[in-house]
Formats: sequence, structure tokens, C-alpha cells
Amino acid sequence: MDEFSVLVGGRAGDGINEAGMIIARLFNQLGYCLYQYLDYPSLIRGGHNFAIVRAAGKKIGAHRDRVDFLLALNQETIDRHRWRLKEGSVVIYDSDEVKSPVAGGVGLPLKTMAKEAGAPAIARNSGLIGAFSGAAGIEWDILEAVLRKEIPKSIDENLEVARLGRDGIDGNGLKVERRSYPCCPVITGNELIGLGLLRGGLDAYVAYPMTPSSGILHFLAKVAGEFSIKVVHPENEIAVILMAQGFAYAGKKVALGTSGGGFCLMTEGMSLAGMAEMPLVVVVSMRAGPSTGVPTYTAQSDLHFVMNAGQGEFTRLVIAPGDLEQAYYWSATSLGLAWKYQIPAILLSDKTLSESAYSFNLDEARGIPDIRPVLADGEGEYKRYARTPDGVSPLAFPSMKGAVVKANGYAHLESGITTEDADEVKAVQDKSLRKEESLKKELERLPIVRTYGSEDASLALVCWGSNKPVCAEVGEKLGLRVVQPVVLNPFPTSQFEAALGVVERMISVETNSTGQLARLMRCNGFDPDDLILKYDARPFSVEDLEERLLEVTR
Amino acid sequence: MNPKDLATTAPNTWCPGCGNFAILNAIKPVLADLDEEGLLALEKVVLVSGIGCHAKIADYVNSSSFYTIHGRTIPVATGIKLANPDLTVICFAGDGDAYAEGLDHLIFAAKRNVDITTIIHDNRVYGLTTGQYTPTSPSGFVGRSTPAGLVVPPINPLEIVFASGGSFIARGYSHGIELLKEVFREAILHRGFSFVDVLQVCATFFNLYDYYNERVYTLEEHDPQDRARAEEKMREWDYNSDGPIPLGIFYREEAPTFGDNFVKYNSKIADIDGRIREALESFV
Repeated sequence: MDEFSVLVGGRAGDGINEAGMIIARLFNQLGYCLYQYLDYPSLIRGGHNFAIVRAAGKKIGAHRDRVDFLLALNQETIDRHRWRLKEGSVVIYDSDEVKSPVAGGVGLPLKTMAKEAGAPAIARNSGLIGAFSGAAGIEWDILEAVLRKEIPKSIDENLEVARLGRDGIDGNGLKVERRSYPCCPVITGNELIGLGLLRGGLDAYVAYPMTPSSGILHFLAKVAGEFSIKVVHPENEIAVILMAQGFAYAGKKVALGTSGGGFCLMTEGMSLAGMAEMPLVVVVSMRAGPSTGVPTYTAQSDLHFVMNAGQGEFTRLVIAPGDLEQAYYWSATSLGLAWKYQIPAILLSDKTLSESAYSFNLDEARGIPDIRPVLADGEGEYKRYARTPDGVSPLAFPSMKGAVVKANGYAHLESGITTEDADEVKAVQDKSLRKEESLKKELERLPIVRTYGSEDASLALVCWGSNKPVCAEVGEKLGLRVVQPVVLNPFPTSQFEAALGVVERMISVETNSTGQLARLMRCNGFDPDDLILKYDARPFSVEDLEERLLEVTR
Repeated sequence: MNPKDLATTAPNTWCPGCGNFAILNAIKPVLADLDEEGLLALEKVVLVSGIGCHAKIADYVNSSSFYTIHGRTIPVATGIKLANPDLTVICFAGDGDAYAEGLDHLIFAAKRNVDITTIIHDNRVYGLTTGQYTPTSPSGFVGRSTPAGLVVPPINPLEIVFASGGSFIARGYSHGIELLKEVFREAILHRGFSFVDVLQVCATFFNLYDYYNERVYTLEEHDPQDRARAEEKMREWDYNSDGPIPLGIFYREEAPTFGDNFVKYNSKIADIDGRIREALESFV
């Protein structure tokens, strides 16, 4: 078999995410590319959590509906996911919990095993993973090494439970052969965005917790000492974006993170950053709305919100990376661009990209451009908003000798002092427009539109953000063109046109109910012929997209 | 240095008799003196203002400044201070700014004891929006949004800041510049969150000069480190009754400040690619 999908499920608090990640790391040792989809409701204990780990010999970034292994810690997992089984699928379950199993499944008394080994109940996972390793023919040494690395406490007891689980399997069900995909870190989008920001020279990160963006805050807070950065969690999102502007004003590269609801509170701050020309990177990780919506599930429904948030007209950059390599490249590059053009840059993620784990190949994320801010030379009287031909005013920071740095959210003179004079007000706006033109020119040199699949196909899938991997996979399989604008504002019109090549028909694939990319395309002179939309707050599986595509093209 | 050097070319648009002049005319000599005495460096001073008549002070002082938005001076000032602890950061905010739109920030700044100074131009009326009540307007206040008279009583901002953990709490009055200068100087020199509520009279929409002149007195023989006594003095006037109105420094204590633990973080990593590669190792 070329690839395997493993579903592990149980209650919230059972350690499902960790179990899935251990399974992913086992495959990682065997030369597979990994993707883990994590599905969990908005609660701390109880409910149903599951992870689908998909492993393949080629690059992937999406899950399949059907699974080869179903690993169940409780009855609900069996009941909910029975439909995913196919011929030859292996089912392993905790017989202490599951009372109506699937015929042919292997029941192991995992709770009893954990107790016998003197391990905490969470070690049921180790028994399940041990059994899985036996059924998949994965060598004990690999399992032991991964468990030793991943399990922080009671490792001997956990190994004992894993051994008991493994011994409960008789013979191999599906043999997992070695593949040759490079052994890469398997990491979530949030953690990778954090690393990308660090690569871009981050000095400070400011955020208020909000799913699905909190992973960035947690990761950066954890490594703050190691990377010598300041991480602050203020009283609310209003304070977040204003505090961040304090950092930016004082000359520190700062990023902030939130989701839609928190970004609502940040809109006045966005507008201030526009007028006062404060460089900010704002990570917005989308979840299904409106309002609280479906907080731990996914959507791409805030594109037009982030593009338009804040009163008045000002230059902003909106970037939607679609995989980890792009997330790394653009997290770093967005800081450079935000600082060179003194603008707010929005890095748009969603629950799928932020919280799924992917194999990350650093070698594919090379070539991050060195884009630096324009600094004042210290000659003459400093003017914070000097009106230059390219719209970019050289930066100085307070405490620089002789520089009086006056930032202002009112319309302002070059000095930064408030003005309401008609000519001056127009000059402020003209400067902003010139800056946007300069930014567009700079972007022309960067990979702002990506393509996959066949170059001479007449049918193209157009996608953005986290739908890139599933579209690329299906597009390549079916010989279609796939076009992904990575920068969405300013819209990359000429690169987009070039990417379409000989395409005659475009289908926009989106995780929202109205086709937000399609609307943006139409605003820029491109008219998609069909939409494939999904708005049940779940990401497209490979099968989903294939089926929907058949319906549209039939 | 001469305080006149701190003037800008911006035309002043405050009304004649506005209490904001007193604050402007007190802060300039205080900054000039502190610079002269080597207690701070003017190029390291940053003024942060909100929105309202008070906020124009950012245009009127020739120092680095960030003229922000309504209610948000304190988080901006906090960010500036955390980013560069060498800076002296002074917030100017109105009572609408600090007690209505941005009360959450005031409470948290006090709770954190972040090392910034916050001066409130408390005229107890919205001036720039032409005469509505604020959180410190007395009950019965007749404003354009409450033509029948305000029903609810005001808040006492000193008590709020005290309860939140502020480590320097003072009150000034825009008629009495010497006291203002003294209080501003001490507030700036205090390490921690300094809070000064200035009874700043709005000559156009709520002229309280006569009212205040009859009731204010300066705290004397008051030990600002005596918590119980400080609290008693803060409660002596509730911004509503006609009781005597004490002015001066009510409370002051030394306490750890937010950001002390950040000083060592300077984001200087020699080989960032190597460090990232190492960090990635733990995800294999």
C-alpha cells in the first residue's frame, strides 16, 4: 500500500492529539510524509475527540475519509466512525469500554492493562499504539524510541502497557513498508508560524488567547527565553493591537495573533496602524462563525472582513499561506514587508492550517528575501511622515539623538503634527497610495501566486489558504491546473493571469458558503465558472473534493 | 534647557481659561528641569495622548509622542515601555478616555504596576464632543445626552486605581500650577505605575473654578506610605458630595514593575537558522 490512514478516537482528556502525534512520528521514522487532522469539540472533558493520521510516500496535506486502522478508546468512536472502514481495515479497541464492537475487530482490555502495569489511565493510549505497531508490523525498537521521546512521565510503565498491547495482536494485518520521504519535523501550523516569525526577526509577540490561534501564543511563550523575545498576554484584543503598536513605535518587530472575534475588537487598532503607519503582523486564524459559531472547527469566512476591517482607506497586506513551507516563508517575509512599507500585514490562517500537523521540509522553504526597513540617516530635522516619492518615510525611534518622533492617528503634517488642511489631508492619502504602488512592485518579485498540476489543462481549480494541499493532490491526480493566490491583497492580478495559462474554465474551491475568493476574483476581472463550497465547519477530505468535482464537471 | 524650547509651531486651539493650559505649562518645566538635573533625557521621553481636547498636548510639546485613539493611551504606552525600558513614558488621557472607553486598560496598568506615568485631564465633561457627562460627572449633571439630569453617581477613580494595585496615586488641580509641577515631577520619578487625576476645568462646558476654589486643600503631614490613611483621604471626597477636596500625593509604595523580567530579552540571536533547526529537532 502506498499510504495509510489511522483514526484514533476517545473522549476529550484521553490524550487523543498526543496519541495521533505518536502514531505520526512512528510513520515519520519509516519514511512517510504526514498529515494529522484533529477534530475536537469546545470542551475540556468528555465529548468526542478524534485524530486522523494520514501517511504517504509523497507530499500530502489533507486527510482521507476512509481509514485503514480504527483505534477506539470508547464505544462512541466505533459508532461514529464505523462508516470509514473498508475491506481489510483493522479495528483495535479497548474491550473494557467498548461493548458492541465491529465484527473482526481486536478487543484488548486496555484499562486493565494500564492498571496492571501501574500506569495512569492515560496510558491506555500506549496499549493502543503498541497494538497498532504490532498490527502494522512496525518494529518494537522504533516504537520504544518514539515512546521514550514523546512520553514525559512513567515511561517504563507506558512501555509495559505498550508491550501488553502489542502482545495482544496476533500476526500482521497490514504491513507498513518503509518509504523514502525525508524524515521531517511533524509540526502544527501554529508552531511553524511562530518559527517563521522568529526567522523574520521577531522581537515581541502579543496575543489574547483565542482558538485556533492560541497555539502560536503558547509556543512562543514557551520558547521566549530560548529566542530572547518578549511575549505578552494583555487584558483583551484591543489592548493587544495597541500594545503592539507601542512596540512598533519603539522600533521592535512585533506580531499579534487572534481569531475573528478578537479581530473584531482590533479593527480600530488596524485603522490606527494604517494612519500612524505602524508596522504590524497580525495573524488571524479563522474558525467557523458568525459570532462564537463553531469555535474549534474550521472556515474560510473572514477574507473580506480582514481585507476591509477598519475605517478609512489604507494600505494593507493580506497573505494566506496554504501549507507549512508557505507559512514559514510568509511569516518571516510578512515582517520584512510590514516594516519596509510601515503597514499592517495580515497573515490569514484557519483552524485547519493552524492546528493540523504536517511534515515540514525546511529545504522547501528557503530563499526568504532579506527585506529591510528604510531607516533615517540622522541628517537634518527628522520628519516621521516625510513625503517621499515611493511613499515610504524613513524610520527613526525615540531615544535616537536629535529625533523627535511624532506618530499620529489624526491626519498629519510631515512632522507628525495634526492637520485638517485640505491640501495636507490629500497629501497624506496620496502618500499612502504611492506606498501601495511601491508595495505592489516589490510583491511582483515574490512567489505570490502558486500553481500545481498540469500546465496545459483547460480546467483549473482555484483555491486559497489551507485548501491548497487537497486541491494540489486532487488536481495532480486528475491532470487539472491548480492556481493558488497566496497574497490576496493587493490582488496579484498579473501573476494570477499568467498562472491561468490556457485555462478555459475555473472552479473556486472554498470552505465558506458564499465563495469569498470568487468574489475577490470578480472584483479583479476574473470570473470563476463554478464554486465548490463546504461550510459544515470541517475541512475537505480528498474523497470530498473528488466527489464534488465529479458533480460539478459531470 | 528652557521650557520654551519644548514648544512646537502648532497653533493652540484650547478655549481661553481651559485647564489644559495649566497641565501643559506644568509638564514643560518639569521635563526641562529633570533633563537639566540629569534625572531623565528629553530624547528618551515619549508622550502618549488619547482623543479629546487633552490629547492636543501631543502637538504642543516638542518631544517624541504618539497621538493615539480614544481610550487607548495606556496600552500603547505600556508597549513602548516594554519595548524600550530606557524610555520615560507619560500618558495624557481624558476622563472619558481613561474611565469610560479604556477603563480596562487603566485597571490592568495599575495591576501590573507598569513603569509609566498617567495624567488624567479630568474635566468631568466631554469637551470635544460638546458637553456630555463622563464617568466622573456628578449626579444631576445636565448634559446634551442627559438633558433631564444624570441619575447615576460618579466613580472615584483614585479608589479604583488604588484597589487595582497602583503604586503612586495623586490628585492635582488646574488652578495651582506649583502643586501640579511638584506632583508631576514625583509621578515621573516614581518607579511603577503613577496615576495623577487632575481636576482640569473645562471653561466652556463645565466651569467648576469657583466650586473647586472653595473646597480644595493640599494634603500636609500626610504619609503616602500609610495605606489606611491614604485610603481614608481618597474617600474624603467622592466626586459627588460637597466635601473638602484633598490635593497632593495620596499614596506611594515601592513594588516590582511589569516588564522587569523582560529586560534580559533582547532578541539577539547570532545564528537564527541554526537555532530554528535545533528547535525543529524536537518535532521529528
